[in-house]
Amino acid sequence: MGEGIHTLQEFMLRTKGILYLLAVSYLLGFLWFWRFLNGGRKKED
Amino acid sequence: MSAPANSVKRPILSIGNAITGIIFLIGFWLTYLRFTGGLAAVTNLDHNNPWGIWIGFDLLCGVALAAGGYTTAAAVEIFGMKKYHAALRPAILTGFLGYSMVVLALIYDVGRPWRLPYPFFVSQGVTSVMFEVGACVLLYLTVLFLEFSPIALEWLGAKRLRRVIVRLTLLLTILGVVLSTLHQSSLGALFLIAPSKLHPLWYSPYLPIFFFVSSIAAGLSMVIFEGTLAHRNFADKMDQHHKQAADGIVIGFGKAASMVLAAYFTIKVFGVALDNNWHLLATSYGLWFLVEILGFILIPCLLFAIGVREHNLRLIRWTAFVTVIGIVVNRLNIVWLCFNWRLPWDERYLPHWMEIAISIFVITVGLTIYRLIVTRMPVFYEHPEFRETH
Repeated sequence: MGEGIHTLQEFMLRTKGILYLLAVSYLLGFLWFWRFLNGGRKKED
Repeated sequence: MSAPANSVKRPILSIGNAITGIIFLIGFWLTYLRFTGGLAAVTNLDHNNPWGIWIGFDLLCGVALAAGGYTTAAAVEIFGMKKYHAALRPAILTGFLGYSMVVLALIYDVGRPWRLPYPFFVSQGVTSVMFEVGACVLLYLTVLFLEFSPIALEWLGAKRLRRVIVRLTLLLTILGVVLSTLHQSSLGALFLIAPSKLHPLWYSPYLPIFFFVSSIAAGLSMVIFEGTLAHRNFADKMDQHHKQAADGIVIGFGKAASMVLAAYFTIKVFGVALDNNWHLLATSYGLWFLVEILGFILIPCLLFAIGVREHNLRLIRWTAFVTVIGIVVNRLNIVWLCFNWRLPWDERYLPHWMEIAISIFVITVGLTIYRLIVTRMPVFYEHPEFRETH
């Protein structure tokens, strides 16, 4: 299953833990991305 | 049947037409070989590799890249983004022809075309994902035909029938989105049956979601890419409204593609995390996986965003092209390069030149019909008799 992982519980703990961290990072990152995407030059009309 | 006044007469004898003619001649000859000699006569397919480029490229890539039809229709008809209306007809036409060519390629792969209706009327395999894909493609092709039909009916001047079909637009759009959601994801679900054959970095229980989300990015990018080519080759067939709307479409679709690619990149990373496959990233397959998700997902996502911020249409158009290539790379990875990855290289599949030639033939048939339609029917311009009814 991987280094230091011997049981299904350890596997789930590791993968789910990383996944939750990634999910929170994504949500925070998306805020920055949204502002980046909608910033910049304003439409000239 | 009137086209814009500045319409250019295209010569019949040209280099492009000569190449098309040669491809058609070779294609007809190979078609004869395929349907008289079987798969072995023209392909390198075997029991280990039963799906080649006709499925990997023509079908999987064809369906993904034809997704512009449902994404544009949903934006315009369901979400009310009428400023993208000029992109609707070309997107519907591309979707309709794309799916028609998918079915054509499928006939080459499956053979015995007269038995194509069997899964629906004779022997229904309702528990099979493949049945669901087949049923959805059949129904969606019918929906696309109906969505496309007002174009042909305007050209033919059949006002009454056109009015009836136009009234069904919203219903057809909703049906199209539902059917596309089903079969775009089911194409990914086809590979859930082969976890031991597909490389772990590409295999995931979330493959259906990957396929569906990536199809949206593919559809949006394809609308930009196809629009770019159309403006280069068929500008004389476009009315003023179509030309004026083009830049807004590129910016709007680029923005949407950027957000979809951001979501797609994230769920791909989630896929690696869920199966704890981080250690595989340091292998040769892992490096190729990184090329795919960084080079064809993350970087295009950022380039789209920069293009939208800076109103850099050229950058967005090039990024759309890269994204289209990325989707093709992803589908070919799944069906070919990373499939049967444990087999020694001499037992791996390499397409026969005749398979590639038939794929080129199928694409050429699609492009020729596209050209015939856009040079005759009101795709890039509004028919003067129906201007108020769009």
